[in-house]
Amino acid sequence: MSVKFEPITGRYMHLDLFGRPHRVYVEEAGEGTPLLCLHTAGSDGRQYRGLMNDARVTSRHRVIAFDMPWHGKSSPPAGWHDEEYQLTSAQYTTMVLEISAALRLDRPILIGCSIGGRIALHLALEHPERFRAIIGLQAGAHVDPYYDLNFLHRPDVHGGEVSGAIVSGLVGPDAPAKERWETLWHYMQGGPGVFKGDLFFYKLDGDIRGRVAQIDTRRCPLFLLSGEYDYSCTPEETLAVAQSIPGCEVTIMKGLGHFPMSEDPQVFLTYLLPVLEKIGRS
Amino acid sequence: MIEKLQQRVNNDAGLVRRGRYLSTTFLLEVGRTSWLITIFEGRIVSVTSGPFVMPSSSFALRASEDDWSKFWSERPPPGSNDLLALVKRRALKAEGNLQIFMAHLRYFKEALGKLREGAGA
Repeated sequence: MSVKFEPITGRYMHLDLFGRPHRVYVEEAGEGTPLLCLHTAGSDGRQYRGLMNDARVTSRHRVIAFDMPWHGKSSPPAGWHDEEYQLTSAQYTTMVLEISAALRLDRPILIGCSIGGRIALHLALEHPERFRAIIGLQAGAHVDPYYDLNFLHRPDVHGGEVSGAIVSGLVGPDAPAKERWETLWHYMQGGPGVFKGDLFFYKLDGDIRGRVAQIDTRRCPLFLLSGEYDYSCTPEETLAVAQSIPGCEVTIMKGLGHFPMSEDPQVFLTYLLPVLEKIGRS
Repeated sequence: MIEKLQQRVNNDAGLVRRGRYLSTTFLLEVGRTSWLITIFEGRIVSVTSGPFVMPSSSFALRASEDDWSKFWSERPPPGSNDLLALVKRRALKAEGNLQIFMAHLRYFKEALGKLREGAGA
């Protein structure tokens, strides 16, 4: 029987975050310029499997994705069973900077999607010197809640089923079925209340509308890529952010939705590779 | 057209299986026209058109004829491709006991998607 292994390796990192010990799962593939990848709310680093398995990316980049605490194979911190998980802008910022430093990454390229795209805007504003370039996927400055978030975490609604069902329409219409349902499976596997806790950042705490225009792209180049079919962060919202930031480059990706790197990696790469090439030249 | 829902849903064994713990009646409004749709253990047992004097339902989904026709088109445009896309645009109102709707959200999205052009019988 012949088997095939992907070039991805995973390790568990122990580090202190927010004054508490954490066990964080980190995956990587490739060699070269570090490319640090941030997953969406309620999901995990598997969303970047397409990038990590594509030699056009990994021949020149060390692609790294960590599962945020509470997500994927990362644990919640000890004591979690008596707490309500809520992600804040301050925690998210600290997490990205601390993990990047712990991995000794030298000014990585940062790529983040959805909540990862939002924190990318925060980092572009507050810590541009730490990154070579920042790529925001489905990045908007704010999203108003459009459904009652309490349905994500209550005992009479299955959290995994409802999380998958809520985001299913955010996948673009042309996504291959295999990748579409892989993307939704990650949502269905999320821990109780975790997606909801991430959305505290996305829909309440992480609002950056008032400050986004202060991002200085001369200090760190900023690229925004958004899928045409995303109704959570719409193309209009991404375009509004881009228009308010001088030097920001923006592309609307035809046919794609809210999870471009996971729902349709091959099409997404046709948009990402030219951006990576441009960053590589600068 | 709405009447096709019964056969199309009931012919999809996977959808019926996923709905096996779902028994309810909900109200569907397409502009000024309304239907009461009754589901028993995942199978649609009746689709009744209004007008009704005293419609009784667990929840209601209300949108304009134009918005539903976009949702039911063969390739819905962005913003009309999902029930929650319509909700986000404030084009679809979901009212009533939404616990039932949300607990079975995949079922309702897929069942109403059966009315899409080209979805077949």
